[in-house]
Amino acid sequence: MKRWVAFWNIVTKDMRAYYLKPPNVSWGLIFPFAWTAMFFIKSGRGLESVLSVLPGVVAISILFGTTSMLAVTVTFEKKSRSFERLLLAPIPLELLMLAKTGGAILFGMVNAFVPVIAALFLADLSGVSWWQVVPAVALISASSTFLGLFIAVAVSEVFEAQTFSNFFRFPMIFLCGLFFPISALPVFLKPLAYLIPLTYGADILHGAFHRGNTLPIGLDFALISISCAVLFYLSIRNIHRRWIQ
Amino acid sequence: MAILEADGLRKHFNGIVAVDGVSFAVAEGSVFGFLGPNGAGKTTTINMLTGLARPTAGRILYEGNDVTDRLKQAQHLMGVVPDESNLYPELTGFENLCFCAALYGLAKAEREARAHRLLESFGLTEAAGRKFAGYSKGMKRKLAIAAGIIHAPRILFLDEPTAGIDVASARNIRQLIDELRRGGTTIFLTTHYIEEAERLCDRIAFIVKGRIVRIDDVAALLKPIQDRYVTAFTARGVTPALVESLRAAFPHLDFEIQPSDQLRAESAAPITIGPIVRFFEEQGHEVTEARRVQPSLEEVFVRLTGIESAAMKKEKEKQGGGA
Repeated sequence: MKRWVAFWNIVTKDMRAYYLKPPNVSWGLIFPFAWTAMFFIKSGRGLESVLSVLPGVVAISILFGTTSMLAVTVTFEKKSRSFERLLLAPIPLELLMLAKTGGAILFGMVNAFVPVIAALFLADLSGVSWWQVVPAVALISASSTFLGLFIAVAVSEVFEAQTFSNFFRFPMIFLCGLFFPISALPVFLKPLAYLIPLTYGADILHGAFHRGNTLPIGLDFALISISCAVLFYLSIRNIHRRWIQ
Repeated sequence: MAILEADGLRKHFNGIVAVDGVSFAVAEGSVFGFLGPNGAGKTTTINMLTGLARPTAGRILYEGNDVTDRLKQAQHLMGVVPDESNLYPELTGFENLCFCAALYGLAKAEREARAHRLLESFGLTEAAGRKFAGYSKGMKRKLAIAAGIIHAPRILFLDEPTAGIDVASARNIRQLIDELRRGGTTIFLTTHYIEEAERLCDRIAFIVKGRIVRIDDVAALLKPIQDRYVTAFTARGVTPALVESLRAAFPHLDFEIQPSDQLRAESAAPITIGPIVRFFEEQGHEVTEARRVQPSLEEVFVRLTGIESAAMKKEKEKQGGGA
């Protein structure tokens, strides 16, 4: 019980201190809207293209909302030494890091549904498999956040966190099958595509929105869940190695 | 009974030895001073004792239990106030205290009551609703101490609690430390201010280059110098030749040149100042000041470490150490 008091307070503190700040709220709203509009105009088609564009916009909104936010906030707290206060709390490191990432995961999920809500006014979403969308959004959000954590542990300066985030994010956008099918990628890039957790999240969303998945949905869920676990495990191991030397 | 014991603690960083076989015991309810110059290994030792660093070798025991590899299990016993404030600038003083209490699992009503109580006793009630970023250095320090004790720890680690703050705030903090000790909290104190350690501590360990060079009760540390009489003379142009002639004229006294035109005379018997001043004048040197030096812990520190405490303080202040 006591551990959950700490867990919940870390999540709510981060939400108030970082994620609900006006610049982040506006980022969470404007960014998905801008992406939606851009792809919608680029498609050159009418409203029928909304369902095929939506998975990409949802995934990118999550990816950009979570990775840099978490990487920057954790790096900032590490630099200002307030992270030490958390490390001194009598709660297991795994629970502590789940609490630190919890706020970013929720932020990512809220970001994801901004374009979905916008799409409700533009297209018929009655055929969407929401039971697949909601867990997919949660898992994409978790994997992107854990990627942010992995980055945060690898760097020591806030600007490095930003740069390093982009190093991962931009190639991911083009390799994960959101806008180009993986089958259309050059042979040497295909293995890379299957190493990216977002590939499986994007595939679930394509399936949920317009039956456009290329892998079995169950396999997608299994692989993105495994990716989350691996990223989290690697981050915890690196925290032990780098921060609690 | 010892609440904390360090047994042969060692820490290497990339082949460099930061702490080299440090051993000590901290009695429950006491104030334990950990003194040494910059880079002596004080903060590394605290980090190992609190779980922020892993020892390369050695054991850490809390309440007699070896928790070296599972310090998380002992963290509920400890409060830590680092040398630099690490509270959240975007939260108010009250929010910071409540958040710190929540990290130790305190229920909402309890943490709010404790936060109010501490803000009042630290004289910060009026600033409770202000963001921490806007606090003065002294206020930040006080709030950091309040955050360190809000969960009522059995042992409080205070790293340079009065460095870089004004005299009045430093006095307040020393009073607070005294009150905490009287309330039964064990205090592990590191400081550059030797007189502060002398005033507050029951027992002191001196650490130099990662090794403890002396550890004892304050009274025992002071005993050898309490039986000595020391007088400091200030005179222009003190030379080694003059010191040699002084030694010849006053063979029962030990003379030593100090920085800033100072000369120290030391003896097991009381020193009569008049003949020495006259001797100076006969040699053509005017004595501008002659004063008896009270035996203090600073003397012990200088003898053990070879480091002037004034130089150590200056170095710390240059770093902007403190809240």
